[in-house]
Amino acid sequence: MSVNINPTTVTAGRETAAPATMRMNVNKVNFFYGPKQTLFDITMGIGANKVTALIGPSGCGKSTLLRTFNRMHETVRGARLEGEILLDGKNILSQDVTQLRRRVGMVFQRPNPFPKSIFDNVAYGLRINGSKLPIADAVEKSLRHAALWDEVKDHLHKSAYELSGGQQQRLCIARALAVEPELLLLDEPCSALDPISTAKIEELLVQLKDLCTIAIVTHNMQQAARVSDYTAFLLMGQLVEFSPTPHMFTTPSDPRTEAYITGRFG
Amino acid sequence: MERHFERDLNEVKERLLWMGSLAERAVHQAVHSVLDSDEQLAKRVLDEEDAINELQIEIDDRVVQLLALHQLMAMDLRFVLAVSRINNDLERIGDQAVNIAQGAQRILRHPRVKPYVDLPRMSEVAEEMVRDALNAVVRRDVELARKVLASDDKVDHYRDQIFRELLTYMMGDSSVVFPAFELILVAKNLERIGDHATNIAEDVIYLVQGEDVRHPTVDRR
Repeated sequence: MSVNINPTTVTAGRETAAPATMRMNVNKVNFFYGPKQTLFDITMGIGANKVTALIGPSGCGKSTLLRTFNRMHETVRGARLEGEILLDGKNILSQDVTQLRRRVGMVFQRPNPFPKSIFDNVAYGLRINGSKLPIADAVEKSLRHAALWDEVKDHLHKSAYELSGGQQQRLCIARALAVEPELLLLDEPCSALDPISTAKIEELLVQLKDLCTIAIVTHNMQQAARVSDYTAFLLMGQLVEFSPTPHMFTTPSDPRTEAYITGRFG
Repeated sequence: MERHFERDLNEVKERLLWMGSLAERAVHQAVHSVLDSDEQLAKRVLDEEDAINELQIEIDDRVVQLLALHQLMAMDLRFVLAVSRINNDLERIGDQAVNIAQGAQRILRHPRVKPYVDLPRMSEVAEEMVRDALNAVVRRDVELARKVLASDDKVDHYRDQIFRELLTYMMGDSSVVFPAFELILVAKNLERIGDHATNIAEDVIYLVQGEDVRHPTVDRR
């Protein structure tokens, strides 16, 4: 026999069923900016140690929804949330918001390192929240997790502003990871980056889910297809469809989802 | 930089090669069930058919996912398209092996028409074509693929030879018509197996060089 390969077990590279454990549960969330309602009856879960993508056209509410997950909406005057959001079974609205934001970290669209050294950017949160390891070790660990250590290890005391855009974004990820969040939120983390930096961050996200749960907003649905395990499609503040990513992109259940992902929307 | 989809590409390749090994084994066993008049071997081929068909479905699912989830380009794209086509050819090779095994079961009920001379030679060539085609996939070996293409005429020649010889036997003795006719069908099945191996070889050339060598007489402009 010329070809004698033992059969591999059929391991699913991507999810085909609902997550076994939810890190976060969103129950009938309605959201208002003043009198204007922007989210309608959103109910979904964020699977533990999975990547969940929120996609949809501009203005659909995906960033609004993401920002409720660590109560960033409270920084906006007039923003109001109804419903409940549970983190490991406990309502985030009744928790201390500072502690919540340590457990639920955020990375924004434009890299926003502090005007400090690379080292101090990562160490900042550790000095405030405390660290189980010596600070220097914890900083190295975070930079390694963000796939940045090898590029910066000899320049830790240089200004973060001397890094490229892609490196700055990975520094922001390291900064968020330093305090060991359970959930990491990323709001269009690659839209300001070039394709190679984007690819590096996408690979990083696929690896990071072993460490923490990830929710990402992206207007690039191909990115959602590449990196996520679950995808939620929002349209005009409503959750139209939420399913395992392979299902979403091969046999979507809703015709509106089909229209969006095939580019026929609008 | 290694990309995470490469794991998915490697997995689909492994599943395809496993399917190839099952198809190759099915052909070998089916042919020998005829040559050795072995009913048990024929039955084994029929029992193992489902495994090949299940793999066809699984591999097609993987191909759809790869195309939907990853924006594959260049050789990765050609690879997935080649996998999809080779998948179908392997399933058809499995079907032809089943046809041969079923033929063996019917031939067994009759005395042997004649000593088998050309049939074992033909089956050796066909099996070698399948083996070489699969090795060409593994190694992405264009030279080996071209060798498979060159062997197709040999298999066709054996088919014609076996047909002419058995026709003569049938005309001379009507009692052998049934088993002789079944043997002609076996030769036809082997010739189709050669054709499918040729298709796989063409897909290897497409995968490696991006060149579509099918239908050389067609005017490509």
